[in-house]
Amino acid sequence: MNSRIGKAKIEVKNLTIHFGKVQAIHDVSLDIQPNEILSIIGPANSGKTSFLRSLNRLNDFEPRLRINGSIKLDGLDIRNDIEAEDLRKRVGMIFALPIPLPRSIYDNITYGPRLAGLRDKTTLDRIVEESLKAAYLWDEVKDRLRSSAQKLSGGQQQRLCIARTLALRPEVILFDEPCSGLDPISTAKVEESMLELRKSQTIVLVTNNTKQAARVGTRTAFFLMGELVEIDATEKIFTAPRDPRTNDYIVGRFG
Amino acid sequence: MARFRKVKEFVIEKLIFASGIASIIFVALIFIFLLREGVSVFKTTSIGDFLGGRFWYPISDPPKLGILPLILGSLLVTAGAIVLAVPLGIGAAFYIADVAPVKIRHLLKSCVEVLAAIPSVVLGFLGITLLVPFLKHTLGLPTGLTALAGSIMLAFMALPTIISISEDAINAVPREYKEGALALGATHWQTLTRVIIHGAMPGIIAASMLGIGRVIGETMAVMMVTGNAAVIPTSLLQPVRTLTATIAAEMGEAAKGSPHYFALFAVGLVLFLISFLINLTADLFLNRGKKR
Repeated sequence: MNSRIGKAKIEVKNLTIHFGKVQAIHDVSLDIQPNEILSIIGPANSGKTSFLRSLNRLNDFEPRLRINGSIKLDGLDIRNDIEAEDLRKRVGMIFALPIPLPRSIYDNITYGPRLAGLRDKTTLDRIVEESLKAAYLWDEVKDRLRSSAQKLSGGQQQRLCIARTLALRPEVILFDEPCSGLDPISTAKVEESMLELRKSQTIVLVTNNTKQAARVGTRTAFFLMGELVEIDATEKIFTAPRDPRTNDYIVGRFG
Repeated sequence: MARFRKVKEFVIEKLIFASGIASIIFVALIFIFLLREGVSVFKTTSIGDFLGGRFWYPISDPPKLGILPLILGSLLVTAGAIVLAVPLGIGAAFYIADVAPVKIRHLLKSCVEVLAAIPSVVLGFLGITLLVPFLKHTLGLPTGLTALAGSIMLAFMALPTIISISEDAINAVPREYKEGALALGATHWQTLTRVIIHGAMPGIIAASMLGIGRVIGETMAVMMVTGNAAVIPTSLLQPVRTLTATIAAEMGEAAKGSPHYFALFAVGLVLFLISFLINLTADLFLNRGKKR
């Protein structure tokens, strides 16, 4: 890894995605730096979620998907050099709707490690505690780890899903509108954990909430109709965007 | 005018009520009729001798009306069919719902529907002309008319039910469960066996129960290929006679009002109760699946 200091964590080159005849992404190239939070903003149908889901190959199962261009993680092509399952362990994902599995809190978090073959109780216990602490949930649930995860509130469920992903020690975490169903206090907690995670992980955040992008993003990318319009430091995007369309979106003229 | 409209409303309302209640009335009437005719057999034979008797000689004098061989024949053929049809059906359902490419998925679904549309007598005909000689030659049996032949035929008939209901259950598992598991690094196979099967289980059990219900009530194909010997079966490779085939074969020749005649109604009653229990169990599982 040391040989890659100063290099991008993820390099996307000339990415084009089709679903059947519909083109979702048009020739997008961008780099994602280690330990940054890259926010992706844009109106509905701008391709931001399709882009995000291609980073851990979660759209592999879409029928009639066609992908051109390359995506590299630490210099390795994610479609040719890495197995999809290994990629998804290294590049975790948090969904808009938190869907805990219908099991206990403890089992939800150990699910990924156990899939990977980990059985040692003390290690699993340690992973559960560390992951829940990193997701700012430990204090709220430490006394009821064996109760059903579906009894948690929406905000707690979302933080549980973050903890579940962290249990696999991913290098990159993709957030797909993680706060769209949450109240402002829960949102603040999720954002707080993102800023903390940034110290050890790389984060890509797709959000419909431009203010959220402004609050947590190191850099911000603006997508429109499947094209990358502009990517720059977050302050720059929100104060002096180069492209007038970016400005229109941010001030709320459309979208 | 307003009065006319009111009368019209009233008539329509009652008509709809009557159609709704009709099916309940029919079921009740059928059950009462079966019960009345069937119970008469117990004037000449005790319940224990009827259900537990080892010999079915309805036209000897005095008649021996033990249906144990028939019950065991039905159970054996059904068990064989289930062993064949359930794993195959569930596998097919998973393939159609979760693995197959879109084009193959549509093709397979139509094929399953066609399979369901084949009349049972046609299947039985194919069984007699193709399956029975095949079994006779391959397994070196004195006759191919065996419980195994019946099980294979019935498996064909249960498959469409099992496949289509299981497939619905699998499709009803939220897509987010699948993606959640995949995003945690699960392989497609792990996702299938640990997450999707978990969510679809009540529906799959219900599908199997309905498949069993279809099989145990089936008559024509079974009668054509099982050889119809009313003896207590000891293996799948010998002729058996089922409850359904007995009624179908003998009802025409039983003298009305004779113990034989009443015994056949009692056999019908037993079948009715078995199917009823199976459907009830299936319903319980289907509802459990919906509640979750």
